[in-house]
Amino acid sequence: MSVPRSPHRRQWLQAASAGLALALQPRSWAQPASALLTKPVPSTREPLPVVGLGSWITFNVGDDPQGQAAATAVMRAFFAAGGRVIDSSPMYGSSQAVIGRALAALGRPTSLYAADKVWVSGAERGSAQIATSHQRWQLQRPFDLLQVHNLLDWETQLPRLFAMKAAGQLRHVGITTSEGRRHREFETLMQRHPLDFVQLSYNLLDREVEQRLLPLAQERGIAVLVNRPFRQGALLDALQRHPLPGWAADIGCRHWAQVALKFVVSHPAVTCAIPATSQVAHLQQNMQAAIGPLPDARLRRRMAQDVAAL
Amino acid sequence: MSEWWTYRLDDFLMFAPGTYQRMFALYNAQVWPAPLVALPLGLAVLWALARWPQAWRLACATVALGWAFTAWAFHWQRYAGIHTAAPWFAGMFALQALMLAWMARPASGWHVRSGPGWARAIGLALLAFAVLLLPWTGWALGRPWQQAALFGLAPDATAVGTLGLLLVLQNVGREPTAHRQQVSSRRPSGAAQFPARVAVASALPWVLPVAWCLVSAATLWTLRAPEAFVLLALTGLAVATGLAAHAVRAGAIGGHGKRAEPT
Repeated sequence: MSVPRSPHRRQWLQAASAGLALALQPRSWAQPASALLTKPVPSTREPLPVVGLGSWITFNVGDDPQGQAAATAVMRAFFAAGGRVIDSSPMYGSSQAVIGRALAALGRPTSLYAADKVWVSGAERGSAQIATSHQRWQLQRPFDLLQVHNLLDWETQLPRLFAMKAAGQLRHVGITTSEGRRHREFETLMQRHPLDFVQLSYNLLDREVEQRLLPLAQERGIAVLVNRPFRQGALLDALQRHPLPGWAADIGCRHWAQVALKFVVSHPAVTCAIPATSQVAHLQQNMQAAIGPLPDARLRRRMAQDVAAL
Repeated sequence: MSEWWTYRLDDFLMFAPGTYQRMFALYNAQVWPAPLVALPLGLAVLWALARWPQAWRLACATVALGWAFTAWAFHWQRYAGIHTAAPWFAGMFALQALMLAWMARPASGWHVRSGPGWARAIGLALLAFAVLLLPWTGWALGRPWQQAALFGLAPDATAVGTLGLLLVLQNVGREPTAHRQQVSSRRPSGAAQFPARVAVASALPWVLPVAWCLVSAATLWTLRAPEAFVLLALTGLAVATGLAAHAVRAGAIGGHGKRAEPT
């Protein structure tokens, strides 16, 4: 007796065979392996992958060909994995120029979300620095995001950035801090100015921002970039001496880096974490944190408790 | 810098260890064949101070050239590529070059140390270490020999070698002939005062080499490089020897109050 094949079953079989064929294909760097989790920038609703790429230390390689090649390889893998947000600063030595050279080598991917900072006092020097940064990135369009680095001369720089945004020379405006500095002033600026982004330090151990800044960002509709999600590597150095806890598999984590990143990006206020690396293998581990389930509030509490107890 | 007390040494680190180490290989290639000249010149300075002390002015001028070259070629042209403070370091090295050139001129008040002998010996040993061994510590730790940081070309060896040179020399001031005679005799009969301005003039050339050694040791520490301990130990040895030699000298002359500074 033949069983009539339903259209649903036929469709399922077609989809399954197509999926199998896709899985057996050699993986191309031109296509992301999996769609990354995204979160919208509240002010413009633009979705951004929850894992980006920082450039502090790792991309400051000067004209070292080996370092430049490593940076280019990391950025190639980043875009191949579906990454978009790259963050730098004039404070990071040669990082901007290294990014610029890599972008040129990679054909200037259109998916790039270019985030940089202004880190100088004075209006004229601020404008000159932004122009220099733009030149070093070799961008052929405006920056997506400019931030006042560590609030340096924000009284001068922030109005300048808002004016650039109004003139269509910039899409988003932000401010940054790191390692818990100047949080009170940071909070005041978040309350008083129509910021698109804030950037701050947040990780499994440094959680002070959960008290005021992250709730305020949610309340005010401000996107949050998170720097130092690994405490400049020290957190991972400490964690890697311990086996992964059982709950790591529940959220699809095979490395501590993924645990640390999933903890950060699962906070409802956080838009994107920007870990830095000079190694493709580490980059690929990091990008895996933007795939699969994120921990819920209960698991987040347990993650923080377990890591603090290690 | 706001809330400066919240900053740690790590916060000032701008580059990865590999980047810093490979920079020396790139630098040696950039200034080639200067490394071929620097090593014999360093040996010549060492030989002159050990065997032909009358040539100390030439040795001092050669070391001044090393500081000037390091200021321009290393700090200004190479290190500035990865360190925002490198132009300031270049200025610091240029200033030290001028100071050493000033010391090397006739009637500068500087001479080869008359005593104690152990201070001179330690000075020569430090200079020998800076010329012959310090540049190769990276190689001894398993890194390529092309990354050698040579005396006269790279800052750490140049600074340590200069501390050795300063232990070999002493400032006796220009005008007080009696004071100079007392220094030479090592056993003064009178109770002449050690002039404070001679002590200050003696200490000045130490300031920048010691400051650089501390800055560089801090950098190496943040890079988790064991060379940090070597640099700190050499600097400590030089400063301690200088202070001890000064105490001996000041005691021999009759002292100048409670101050004890490197000679």
